[in-house]
Amino acid sequence: MLSNPDSDVVLSVTDVVTQFDTADGRVHAVNGVSFDVREGELLGVVGESGCGKTVTMMSLVKLLPMPPGKIVGGSALFDGQDLIQADSDALKKIRGGKIGFIFQDPMTSLNPVLTVGYQLTEALRLHKNSSKSAARKRAVELLELVGIPMAKDRLDDYPHQFSGGMRQRVMIAIALSCDPKLLIADEPTTALDVTIQAQILDLIQILRKELGMAIIWVTHDLGVVANLADRVMVMYSGFIVERADVEKLYSTPKHPYTHALLRTLPQMEGERAQRLESIEGQPPDQLLQPESCPFSPRCVYSFERCTRENPFLEFVSEGHEVACWWDLENDRPREVS
Amino acid sequence: MIQYIIRRLLAAIPTLLVISFVIFAILDLAPSDPTGNLPMTVPSEVREKIRTSLGLDQPMHIRYYKWLVQFVVNEPLNILQHSFGVTVGDAENRTRILSWATRSPVIDLIVERTPQTLWVVGLSFLFGILIAIPIGIVQAYRQYSLFDQIGTFVAMLGFSVPTFFTGVVAIIVFSVQLKWFPMIYDTTLEITSWNNFVLQVKQMIMPVTVLAFYQASQLSRFMRAAILDNLNLDYVRTARSKGRSESAVLMIHVLRNSLIPIVTLIALGIPTIFGGAIITEQIFRVNGLGQLLIIAIEGADIPTVQTLTFLFAILIVLFNLIADVLYGMLDPRIRYD
Repeated sequence: MLSNPDSDVVLSVTDVVTQFDTADGRVHAVNGVSFDVREGELLGVVGESGCGKTVTMMSLVKLLPMPPGKIVGGSALFDGQDLIQADSDALKKIRGGKIGFIFQDPMTSLNPVLTVGYQLTEALRLHKNSSKSAARKRAVELLELVGIPMAKDRLDDYPHQFSGGMRQRVMIAIALSCDPKLLIADEPTTALDVTIQAQILDLIQILRKELGMAIIWVTHDLGVVANLADRVMVMYSGFIVERADVEKLYSTPKHPYTHALLRTLPQMEGERAQRLESIEGQPPDQLLQPESCPFSPRCVYSFERCTRENPFLEFVSEGHEVACWWDLENDRPREVS
Repeated sequence: MIQYIIRRLLAAIPTLLVISFVIFAILDLAPSDPTGNLPMTVPSEVREKIRTSLGLDQPMHIRYYKWLVQFVVNEPLNILQHSFGVTVGDAENRTRILSWATRSPVIDLIVERTPQTLWVVGLSFLFGILIAIPIGIVQAYRQYSLFDQIGTFVAMLGFSVPTFFTGVVAIIVFSVQLKWFPMIYDTTLEITSWNNFVLQVKQMIMPVTVLAFYQASQLSRFMRAAILDNLNLDYVRTARSKGRSESAVLMIHVLRNSLIPIVTLIALGIPTIFGGAIITEQIFRVNGLGQLLIIAIEGADIPTVQTLTFLFAILIVLFNLIADVLYGMLDPRIRYD
C-alpha cells in the first residue's frame, strides 16, 4: 500500500528496509514495511520477539545503533518531511518534540543520577524554549496528568524513588511533554505486572481521548492490543503479514500466523482453559534473504507456491489486508493474478 | 551524612591502631640492626650502647607504646605549638619521634620532603587525570575507530612498560643526548626569578611526563570502559528520543554515570601520591617522600619507616572514606543510614 493521499494521515511509511551487519553476516531485520498512521488512531503492531517491530519504529527516527544498523531504503513522511532522508538536526527537532516515545523497561529507561524533574523538563526546554520555571510548572501538570500524586514534591526525586509503574507514568509524561502528534510506545507494559499494566492501559485510553494524538503501540501481547487498538498489523520476520481493523483481525484472521497466534491466547473456557497451544518450529534465520514465504516452514497450510514465492500484502476485503497464498476461509489456494 | 562520616571516622580508630601495631611488629621482627652500617672496627660494647641509647633494650610493647604516644600526642601538640603558638603541657620535655639515622625529628624530615613529592607526583597525577578523561570519552564514543585503536595501543604500552624503563629512556634521550632537561632534580632551587622558574619547570618535565603517561594509560582504560558500560543503556536511548544532541547525551547523561567509578578510583589513588613514586623519585633524584622511605629502609631507620608507613595507612583510610562520600554524592541511589 502506498502512502494514503488522505489529509488525516500523520505518518506514511513506505518500503522501509533495515539491515544489521553483524559478525555472522547481514541480518534482514525489516524487509520493506509500509503503513500509514491516521490522526488520533491507535495502531497496534504485533509479533513475536525479533520480528522487527521495534526495529521498524526505531528506524523511522534513527534511534538504532548505526552501525551495525543500516536503513537501506524506504521513506517515512511525517509533518511534511521524509524522516529517512532527514539529517540529524531535523530529526532532533522531531524526536521528543513531535514524536514522543515510551520504552519497554521503565526501570532502566530513566537516567538514575538525574532528577525526574530534570528529565521531564529536558524536552520542554529543548523544543519549546521554556524557561526553567515554566518548564517546572508544566512538569507538575504533566505528572498530575499521568496520575502521580503530590507531583510538585516529587520533581526533585530520583527515578529509584519511584516504583516501576510510577516510572512508566513518568516516561509517559516525558513522551507527552511537548504535545506530540505521534506517540510511539514500544512494549510499554511488557515489563510491568498485570495490575500495573491495566492501570497504564487505562491511563493511555484516557490520555488518548483528552489529547487526541496518534499512537503506535508495539507489543507481543494480542490481548493488550484487542482492547486498545483501532487497527492492528501483524509482523513476522520483518514483513507485515496481516493488517486489519481490530474486530476483523480477531474475528476472522486471514493469515495462518495470526490464526495460530490467536490460538495461543489463554481462554477461560473450552480446551484452551487447560492447555495453551504453541506454534511449532522456530522463527526463520534472518541472515538469509527471504525469497519464499518466511512462515511457510512452520505453516500447516503451506503448499508448493509458498516455498517458491513470497506473498505480498494485498486487500482481500474491506479494511483487511493479508500476505498469504492460502485462502484460509475457503480452505484453498488464493486466487490471485 | 555528617553522622555517617563521624561514625566512619570513629570506626577508623581501631583499624588504624591495629595497622600501626602490625607495622611495628613486622618491623620489629625483621632482622635489621641500626648499627649494621657502622664500620667493623666499632666494638660490640659500643654497638650495644648505641642500641641502648636508641631504646632497643626495652621490650617491644614498651617501645610500641612510646612510639604511639609520641605519634598521637606529642607530635600533634608540637604542630599545634609551632603553627598556632598554643602550648599545651610540658613542651620542653616532650619527646619526639627521632630518626635513628639523622637524629632529627621524623616529622620535620617529612615536612621537608613533602613539597617535592607533591609537585612532581601530584602534578603528574593531575595531568594524568586531565589527559585520561577526555581521551577515554572519545575512545569509547568512537569505539574501534583509528583514534581508539591508537589510544588502546599507547595505553597498553604505557602501563606495561614500567616507569623505571621509560624514565631511564627519557634521561638518555632528553638529558644525555639532546641535553634539553637536567638529569638530577635540584631541590635547593628557589623560585625567585623567571629564570629559576624556567629551570624548575625544566627539571620537572621529565619525571612528571613519565609518571603522567603511566597514570593516564591506566585511567583512560577505566574511563573508556565506564563510558562504554553506559553508552548502550536504555536511558541513553531515552535521552536521544527527547531530541538531545549527541554531545548533551554524552556530557550530561553518560558522563555523570560513568564518572562514579572513576572518581572513586581517583580518590583511592591520591594516597599513592604521598607514597611518592618510589622508583621514579629514585631515578630522577627527586628527594621526596618515596626516596626518604627507601633510604630509611636501607639504613634500618625504623622510626622513620614506621612513621611514614603509618602516615600512608592513615591517608588510605581517610581517602577510602572520601571516596565513599563522593560516591554517595554522585550516585543518588546510595544512602547513608
